Amino acid sequence: MITLSHYLIVSGLLFALGLAGVVARRNIIIIYMCLEMMLSAANLTLVAFSRFHVLAGLPDYSAQALVFFTITVAAAEVAVGLAIIVALYRSKQSVEVESVTKLQG
Amino acid sequence: MPALLFYLFALITLGFGLMVVLARNPVTSALSLAMSFVGLAALFISLDAFFIGTIQILVYAGAVMVLFLFIIMLLDIKAESDRMTNVAAIVGAIVLGSVLAVQIATVSAAHHQSDLSVNDAALNLVAAGNQMAATKTDLPTISKDLKAGILPDTKLMGLALFQQYGFHLQVMGLLLMVGTVGVVVLSKRDKEVAR
Repeated sequence: MITLSHYLIVSGLLFALGLAGVVARRNIIIIYMCLEMMLSAANLTLVAFSRFHVLAGLPDYSAQALVFFTITVAAAEVAVGLAIIVALYRSKQSVEVESVTKLQG
Repeated sequence: MPALLFYLFALITLGFGLMVVLARNPVTSALSLAMSFVGLAALFISLDAFFIGTIQILVYAGAVMVLFLFIIMLLDIKAESDRMTNVAAIVGAIVLGSVLAVQIATVSAAHHQSDLSVNDAALNLVAAGNQMAATKTDLPTISKDLKAGILPDTKLMGLALFQQYGFHLQVMGLLLMVGTVGVVVLSKRDKEVAR
């Protein structure tokens, strides 16, 4: 039987994978993809809690509205972030994190 | 949803998620992420969130991943070479990831509703429909569906978004506009610098 904790553990593993990717990879675009993965993992948690918190016979739609907003923000964030990456590539000719050290002390 | 399908889609989500982190070629990473999102959308649909599952595919697997692939191919990014592998970062990532995973597993196992299954938290559509039909603000299109035992997920989602979160929805519209303007400003070539 699939329980709430099954969904939470899948979501937690997906988040951990995304976090590991952000720390280990050096390509900014892949770091960005891992960030998207972490956002989606949080969405899975919200949807799972929404389904298991039954309000008057229906799932809790407040949580799903929050997921809707998260997806919107993520889409806007990707557009702006990729524009920044393109601008960065124009000035550095690279998308490796090591190439951006101007703020390093 | 049968347990087998849950495990299949969880495996697709996590397996392709692992591919995103491990693949050397950015195009492989991007396509794996798209597959991972498709698996995640199936998990959403298994939780009766049909609308969220659909926009997960349309927005993430469609729009966002096309944007990623477009940028990867536009910048012509090559696969990372092995010689620059940072061992400390990889060890740190594995330790951090596993600590977080163990932590989450412990917390979710200790949660008081963690052994709640979908059958325990069954939806009562007919009762919800009757309850809605009795109120003054009844929307017949929703309450009829509910009485017939169908979950009108998109309609209920629209009800929540436009009745409860109307202001937030407008703020989202503003955010998207700011994002659009920001992208145009960022990608505009600076004429002074170019000269």
